[in-house]
Amino acid sequence: MARFRVCPDSGFYFDKSAESLMKVNAVAAAVSLLIAGIMALGVILTRWQEVHLLPADLFYQALTLHGINALIFWIIFFEIAIMYFAASTLLRCRLAAPKWAWTGFVLMIIGAVMNNVAVFQGRSSVMMTSYAPMQAEPHFYLGLILFAVGALIGCFVFLGTLVIAKDEKTYEGSIPLVTFGALTACIIAVFTIACGAIILIPTFLWSIGYINHIDAAMYRLVWWGLGHSSQQINVAAHVSVWYLIAGVLFGARPMSEKVSRSAFLLYILFLQLASAHHILVDPGISSEWKVFNTSYAMYLAVLASMIHGLTVPGSVEVAQRAKGLTKGMFEWLRKAPWDNPVFSGFFLSLIIFGFIGGITGVVMGTEQINLIIHNTIYVPAHFHATVAVGTTLAFMALTYLLIPVLFRRALFLPWVAKMQPYVFSAGMTLMILFMLGAGTLGVSRRHWDMDFTGALLSFEYPGTAYVMMAVAGIGGVLGVLGGVMYLVVTVGSLVFGKKLDESAGFLQSFGLPLPAATYNISRADPVPMAPRLAVEEHGSAGFEAPGTFVLAMALLVCFVVYYFINWGYLASVWPLS
Amino acid sequence: MTSFLPPSERIWWKVPIGRQELVWIGIALVWCLIMFFMMPYWHLYGKQNLSNEAYQTTPASFQAKVDGMVEQYKVGEEAGMPVVRPPAGSDIYMLGRLWQWYPILELEKDKSYRLHLSSMDWNHGFSLQPVNINLQIIPGYEMVLTVTPDQIGDYAVVCNEYCGIGHHTMLGKIYVKEI
Ligand code: HEM
Ligand SMILES: [Cu+2]
Repeated sequence: MARFRVCPDSGFYFDKSAESLMKVNAVAAAVSLLIAGIMALGVILTRWQEVHLLPADLFYQALTLHGINALIFWIIFFEIAIMYFAASTLLRCRLAAPKWAWTGFVLMIIGAVMNNVAVFQGRSSVMMTSYAPMQAEPHFYLGLILFAVGALIGCFVFLGTLVIAKDEKTYEGSIPLVTFGALTACIIAVFTIACGAIILIPTFLWSIGYINHIDAAMYRLVWWGLGHSSQQINVAAHVSVWYLIAGVLFGARPMSEKVSRSAFLLYILFLQLASAHHILVDPGISSEWKVFNTSYAMYLAVLASMIHGLTVPGSVEVAQRAKGLTKGMFEWLRKAPWDNPVFSGFFLSLIIFGFIGGITGVVMGTEQINLIIHNTIYVPAHFHATVAVGTTLAFMALTYLLIPVLFRRALFLPWVAKMQPYVFSAGMTLMILFMLGAGTLGVSRRHWDMDFTGALLSFEYPGTAYVMMAVAGIGGVLGVLGGVMYLVVTVGSLVFGKKLDESAGFLQSFGLPLPAATYNISRADPVPMAPRLAVEEHGSAGFEAPGTFVLAMALLVCFVVYYFINWGYLASVWPLS
Repeated sequence: MTSFLPPSERIWWKVPIGRQELVWIGIALVWCLIMFFMMPYWHLYGKQNLSNEAYQTTPASFQAKVDGMVEQYKVGEEAGMPVVRPPAGSDIYMLGRLWQWYPILELEKDKSYRLHLSSMDWNHGFSLQPVNINLQIIPGYEMVLTVTPDQIGDYAVVCNEYCGIGHHTMLGKIYVKEI
């Protein structure tokens, strides 16, 4: 029975059931992003104090919806699609247990809908963190639990596929780096979901009255075992996407397999400590514990990200130089395909993630510096640089690659697609930088009114804080516009885009497989090993990617300067001990 | 020759690492160690550290301590809230509840106090403005830290952990005076 098709443009193999599952997961992801985006507009226009769009109850409701749909549903649906791609397509292997994969998907959909309904009903505006003892309706928690169980099934389908691929020898040698990165993400996901179960199941039982007390501090500790580690899934996933895009566009290969894989391994080894970042100023936790954990045992996971920060662009540079773009430090970068959204999205995601997200994250995760940052709007500014630009933009870039390859449609309005990464990242960067600034002035996150209307006492933020929030508002609106452009292109392509295969009709965009005749390969040839390169034998003595090294040193200088500026700022506040 | 194909060397872990990567890993590692040792260093030589002192408590017993202090040292009232001036060096208390920080404290510049904080109901965020010191306040836990206000002025305590619909009205005050 034939079950594979080969994409004539890219040479990728698609297993029939894996293909359908990738499509439905990607579409579900896009719908979640749509909800998140609409809510983002409400949120940012309320935080822009001169506009102050929503009343308090709607604001908190919108913020809860925004956080959950963006951070959980959009990203995880998309990640499941990526995992299936990395296992089935890259290894040319049939998907393990497609029925289970569909069960997982259905559970995720039910869970996501149930949770959204709970928040829309209005009595579950508890934010995505749902800190006990603030209580949501039972179906809020139940929805999240079902979603997590579905995602867990997806993880096991991925692992099962790797096992089958190994058994059936569908590839030579070791699994590719991109698949290795997806495996990293999957292992972390399993750990994360376990933490989620440990905390959400009792919380659900508490919400229906079976348990009468949830310790508030314990909740935060375990919840952040879920909440932070799951960010490590995103990092592992989008770093894999970076490597994938570099490979597809430039034929780039990792500078060193050993280095890149070890860096992924460091994520697995040290991620479970990261829960600490969120409880640095909580009572009852010793400093030794905080110092050790917040630094992931001496910043070894940060080291891992710094390594990828060099090796990803480095791999592009090496590939470009091999093609003759060797003039000066940066010809390889100048002559990169900047008008291809797959490239521009990937590269902007990399730069903004590293320079803004990475640096601010380490700074605010420093035990004492957290005192001047905890729960200010600095915090959402930081994680918009990581998840909203780093992860989301990387996934957007990948989407532009997948539309022709997976959905067999040409891009709709390619000029919009071309501008989209620029508009989105410009808007988000503006919002991020000014929210960082406002946070430094003490403006708090998750706060409806910086005028404190109705309070008995009074306090006024400095005028600059208002200006900063207004500029952030403008940036946010531009960011939402970038999100709209993305959805116009993707949905438009699926509906109106030129069919690359005659049969790739409307319904094929939503998960129906192409006609049976398209799948004309029953056993794929094994994936060959990458061709050998001379440098691999002796390791290169010189600097193969000098331009990247300059960029990396620039990052380091910004990092060091900004880090010590914050210590200086900390030193100026009231002494505490 | 790409990242999404199996490595070109079967025994890829034996392939030596290029100079450039080694140099960068070395630099990054040194920087990571510096950042790591900054934290213990600051515990020894810096002035802004959290104590590890905290106790499990109950809303009722914490409330009793607050009331005790208010009764003993109340010096006035503002917007219906007592203003309290406890002696320098003493134990002072502030509680968070829906939606106020209670009571108002009056402190003396450059004197140290042992500040106890807890919540009566949900999580709250103690955000001292415009100094910008932020602490997580959790019900059932009493956090104790020594503060030394080093500038006179009127300070506000904003709640920066979401605590329901009236969250934005949750403001407290700390006055620092030269006495
Ligand atoms: C498209 C443009 C976007 C805008 C204008 C926007 C705006 C905002 C703002 C202003 C906040 C903070 C509000 C507050 O704390 O008071 C926020 C929170 C948040 N955003 Fe976004 N955002 C956008 C996209 C995204 C994306 C793509 C993601 C994730 C993938 C994301 C994830 C989150 C999360 C997790 C929160 C925290 C919610 C909470 O505090 O519970 N956002 N967003
Ligand atoms: Cu509060």
